[in-house]
Amino acid sequence: MSRLASAFAKPHPALVTFVTAGDGDTAAILDALVAGGADVIELGMPFTDPMADGPAIQAANLRALGAGTTTADIFRIAAGFRARHATPLVLMGYANPMLARGSDWFAQQCAKAGVDGVICVDIPPEEDGDLGPALRARGIALIRLATPTSDAARLPAILEGSSGFLYYVSVAGITGKQQAVQASIEEAVARLKAATALPVAVGFGVRHPEQAAAIARVADGVVVGSALVELVAQHGAEAAGPVRALTAALAQAVHRARAHA
Amino acid sequence: MNAPAAGTNSLRNQPDERGHFGAFGGRYVAETLMPLILELEREYARAKADPAFAAQFDDLLEHYVGRPSPLYFAPRLTGELGGAQVWFKRDELNHTGAHKINNCVGQILLAMRMGKTRIIAETGAGQHGVATATVCARFGLPCVVYMGATDVERQQPNVFRMKLLGAEVVPVTSGAATLKDAMNEALRDWVAHVHDTFYIIGTAAGPHPYPELVRDFQSVIGKEARAQMLARTGRLPDLLVAAIGGGSNAIGLFHPFLDDPVRMLGVEAAGHGLDKQHAASLAGGRPGILHGNKTYLLQDEDGQITEAHSISAGLDYPGIGPEHAWLKEIGRVEYTSATDTEALAAFQLLCRTEGIIPALEPSHAIAAVRRIAPTMGKDQIILANLCGRGDKDIFTVAKALGAEL
Repeated sequence: MSRLASAFAKPHPALVTFVTAGDGDTAAILDALVAGGADVIELGMPFTDPMADGPAIQAANLRALGAGTTTADIFRIAAGFRARHATPLVLMGYANPMLARGSDWFAQQCAKAGVDGVICVDIPPEEDGDLGPALRARGIALIRLATPTSDAARLPAILEGSSGFLYYVSVAGITGKQQAVQASIEEAVARLKAATALPVAVGFGVRHPEQAAAIARVADGVVVGSALVELVAQHGAEAAGPVRALTAALAQAVHRARAHA
Repeated sequence: MNAPAAGTNSLRNQPDERGHFGAFGGRYVAETLMPLILELEREYARAKADPAFAAQFDDLLEHYVGRPSPLYFAPRLTGELGGAQVWFKRDELNHTGAHKINNCVGQILLAMRMGKTRIIAETGAGQHGVATATVCARFGLPCVVYMGATDVERQQPNVFRMKLLGAEVVPVTSGAATLKDAMNEALRDWVAHVHDTFYIIGTAAGPHPYPELVRDFQSVIGKEARAQMLARTGRLPDLLVAAIGGGSNAIGLFHPFLDDPVRMLGVEAAGHGLDKQHAASLAGGRPGILHGNKTYLLQDEDGQITEAHSISAGLDYPGIGPEHAWLKEIGRVEYTSATDTEALAAFQLLCRTEGIIPALEPSHAIAAVRRIAPTMGKDQIILANLCGRGDKDIFTVAKALGAEL
């Protein structure tokens, strides 16, 4: 069983956490996420033009790039993480940095660094002639996004060729802003789970343990990003402690969500 | 509106059904936007086939924009350069002072056809913002224009114009606070207001079908120019010249001539010089993905987008429309560049020789004309697109020339 499949095969829902590579002491922050109980880690690849992200992650991208973070650095961070941990690691970002040296090069680097999956925000299925096949050929999951605008007509195109898990973007909007209504999440997750055997993780706008627990009662995973990234912004080089504390609170809420239900 | 019959061996049949111009173009957007993009594509196809849509577009261009714009032979400039005859397509005489309005009229008709009730746009220098605010006022739709905070500072007259026209101007402070960041912010707005909002993109770039529909709306420039030139001289021009930022005025002029034996030259902004900071994505960039399409981009080896520079805020963009990327690759159109200094000299040359104050954008085209006309015969014809007037640039030019206003 792959590391990603194992993470979603646990007897409890998965906590998926996001931080931006190169923002703060990333190795220490990743260790804090694992220590706090994250089941899957998304590592953001900084980009100059993160047009799907809200202010918190935009700022994290600029801090990371301002600190001189390169693609090579990101793969060094990933490889270092893989040497220390078995937690699945997913790279998340935009097409241009991923494809700057070609899909094959990128997929090869992912494989070498022990990356388990890739989320590319701006490559819809219609344009996925290169990246998806290159990743799949090396056993790396291509994780696609479903959104509130993904209707029944659209869903088959999204699911075709997607693997690892399905990431449900619970609001039509950018990261870290508003929160979706719980009822709409429940309806959407039920609809998605009827259409696919892939685990469904729900993200966008999830900040607090109570929210995360509510979502974990119906979904296979809950994604938290901006709230963690804001801690890095606030605490800089000392962010590992606060990140670990929030992760632990979130993990406890998510892992026990169904026991309390 | 402009495509020849399918199946003919024509360069005017692009893009393919997936929005690709050869290896370029496409639909690289977040999944939330995909259903909208597909809906826009379907609705545009229906609009293209609807004579009532074309009639409404043509009527507004004639009576509101002031088309057809004149085709003008420039006798003193021709004499000064001592070579080919220089003619201008006078799109600077349009309502709002540039070619941008052609596209905005077409897109707002499309927006209303789709039942959208709110308009957003990005702008750099403010010309597209003004044109969008104008058509929104004309049709009574609320309008939000995203503009980099840096540009808001340096283009105050256009910011005030947009506000007079009833638009809300939102200064964008993210990134470098210029045009590309304004476009990022407009995309962020769109993704959060998918049901009621139409995004009027200002150039022939972005996700399919924008490059196609912007080109089609701007092709009125080339269609008029081709007919006017034939009527006036009985022949086609030898060379077309147009400035390129995103490339909408250039593709609008070039496209109707693509199957004719006419040379074409696109002029990018070389800023401080191609070895320094510039905005020439074909000359100094390489293919990549940004703002919904694959095209030539200014970027570093990791694919991070680098800042463009041009004295002309309208050319100050690190990408270019995908059809230009394709036309470069197949060699149908030649591309060159002109520096800030060359554009400033050309700006002054046109003022003195023809009594026309051009915008800094077409001043780059005039700079190229200045280089090339003397190398061509006196019986040859150059047709350049004068895509905007220079009133908006007076302060920039004064500053560059060291004049106090």
